[in-house]
Amino acid sequence: MLKRTRQMALGALAGAAMLALASGPSFAQNEQFIPANGYWVGPYAPGGSGFFGGVIDYFQMLNTRDGGINGVKLTWEKCETEYNNARGVECYERSKKKGPTGATVVHPLSTGITYSLIEKGTADKIPLISMGYGRTDAADGRVFPYVFPLITTYWSQNTAKIKFIGTKEGGMDKLKGKKIVNIYHDSAYGKETIPVLDVQAKKYGFTVTHIAVPHPGNEQQAQWLQVRQIKPDWVILRGWGVMNPTALKAAARAGFPRNKIVGVWWSGAEEDVIPAGDAAKGYIAAGFNLPGTNFPVMQEILKQVYKNGKGEMEDDSRIGSIYHTRGVVAGIITAEAIRTAQGKYGKKPITGEQMRWGIENLNINDARLKQLGAVGLMQALKVSCMDHEGGGAVKFLQWNGKKWNVITDWIASDQSIVRPMIEQSAAAYAKEKGITPRDCSKES
Amino acid sequence: MNWQFFLEVLAGGLLAGVMYALVALGFVLIYKASGVFNFAQGAMVFFAALTFVSLVERGMNFWIALLATLAVMIGLGIAIERAVLRPLVNQPPITLFMATIGLTFVLEGLSQLIWGSQPHGLELGIPDEPMQWLSESANINISQFDLFAALVAGILVAVLALFFQKTRIGRALRAVADDHQAALAVGIPLRQIWAIVWAVAGFVALVAGLMWGARNGVQYALTFIALKALPVLILGGFESVAGAIVGGLIIGASEKLAEVYLGPFVGGGLESWFPYVLALLFLLVRPEGLFGEKHIDRV
Repeated sequence: MLKRTRQMALGALAGAAMLALASGPSFAQNEQFIPANGYWVGPYAPGGSGFFGGVIDYFQMLNTRDGGINGVKLTWEKCETEYNNARGVECYERSKKKGPTGATVVHPLSTGITYSLIEKGTADKIPLISMGYGRTDAADGRVFPYVFPLITTYWSQNTAKIKFIGTKEGGMDKLKGKKIVNIYHDSAYGKETIPVLDVQAKKYGFTVTHIAVPHPGNEQQAQWLQVRQIKPDWVILRGWGVMNPTALKAAARAGFPRNKIVGVWWSGAEEDVIPAGDAAKGYIAAGFNLPGTNFPVMQEILKQVYKNGKGEMEDDSRIGSIYHTRGVVAGIITAEAIRTAQGKYGKKPITGEQMRWGIENLNINDARLKQLGAVGLMQALKVSCMDHEGGGAVKFLQWNGKKWNVITDWIASDQSIVRPMIEQSAAAYAKEKGITPRDCSKES
Repeated sequence: MNWQFFLEVLAGGLLAGVMYALVALGFVLIYKASGVFNFAQGAMVFFAALTFVSLVERGMNFWIALLATLAVMIGLGIAIERAVLRPLVNQPPITLFMATIGLTFVLEGLSQLIWGSQPHGLELGIPDEPMQWLSESANINISQFDLFAALVAGILVAVLALFFQKTRIGRALRAVADDHQAALAVGIPLRQIWAIVWAVAGFVALVAGLMWGARNGVQYALTFIALKALPVLILGGFESVAGAIVGGLIIGASEKLAEVYLGPFVGGGLESWFPYVLALLFLLVRPEGLFGEKHIDRV
């Protein structure tokens, strides 16, 4: 009897599996497919679920309110990467041919996965948007035609950070003789800003000490004891995940003031400070998107999506959080690039190659930001063949124990430092890979 | 050499070691009773802390939430015995070890499925800040929370030592650890013993989860603290409660001293691998660990 029941159960399971395989996701011809390759479980789930929650909420709003973009409905499919390079590549391969025109664009949401996909995306003619992460020198579109580290790269952000510290000290000339400690995640991501910090230290006359924190960063006593011995004027926190609250707690234990710690935007979400409790009060972080639900675009999302029970965020308190609005910004950029490409190639689903043109000719100016209801949520953005970054400015936010307060206006990056470094690094990459850089004057 | 700073690093390291020992204790318990290396201990710590903090955030009183979580952990221990261990009695240790690997993923997934993947803050009411008087008088920063953790670990070790040495169940546990079949033959109820020991390990996981959760927040990364306990176990011995503490102190102090004094010469970040190098070197000299039992098998 037991054997028979087990056989029946196995049969039913196999039948269901075959049915699922046979049916699969189906796509209509007038749809634009965008993969949602992110992470909803594991140590970095708060970032992944918040970001893609924002992206999907924005797409859902456009579909509900406008019927998509010029009549083309937006579709997506989630694939769990677990922030793992191999899984990220697997999700990319699985999603690249879906939809009537294949994957339009991929947001890898991981510097590691971005690195793994640069050559694949270029070969498959599928653009990668690494908004605020990824390979900084990809801002040189002549060498990296399919990679877009949009809005602000790590290097740009870092120069804005030093400008912010300079302002706090009373001028850039006051940085001379100051001591800055750079506490970084011991990974490719963490090490990315070491060269640009060294260049700035030389330029402004401050000393910088780089202190590595091994992954995952859940124990930092030794590092903060070193900070205590160095007695720096400022600490730059370049953390990720559990490393961030642990750093703030360890700083409190070492007696280092939190309002002298400036974090990168991956250290500047609610999830990075709430676990640290009171130890996070006063902490400052950079940001290229602002939190909140008062922006008209966020109100539209609440009205069109959440009131209809279609919202992605299960926890209402996360709507309008840093990661969520960052996803909304990514959604806006993606949708605007599709719209731009449609302007040239027609109001129909576009290919990845056409999307590349759309991103490269993206111009979200102040007037367009107003139409989109995103004034203040993000900065104006103008992308070109030469410049795949497009923005470069940063605002600074301070945690008051309950919410982030914006404490500066947009602070422009120092492109006199960043751009030559980008071009030098991109040229070295081109040489290594045998790439002939594009002539941007011939691009239309 | 700045001796004051050296002392501060040393003291900080020893107290960090106590936190590692809290996790290592859970491993020791299971290993002592069943000869199984419980790979799922980190996941149990995460599950316990997440359950507790989620209950508190839903408005439950602190102490009631603590009791409720303890009940959940005991229930979990009994369920593990029923669903995972009972069918594997008399199987080789490697089979039981593999079962605990599977259990890790089940627990990690279950925790996030029930309570979500958001990080939470956890306040136990003990300030994690340097003690003012020590800081002012000796310029040494020692956190009150670290001392509290050391006190908790001390109490836990004393209770567990008494439990193993002085109670019938404790003696039965030791017999089961030596030989499952022989223990069964003399009438020791193996299944009951395993359920008890897994429930006690659940309690230890709860204590470790509360301490680590209050330190860094309650989030998925709590599962990684098991990695901190491994070199402690290799050094202290898998079967010794005292070994977990001594091993924790040695690992904690040496990794901090190494990071501070050797780190700058190798680019830093050696805290993650230095304890393993130390443990490996120790293995060469004393394979059973400082306090582990020496096994002599007849051929």
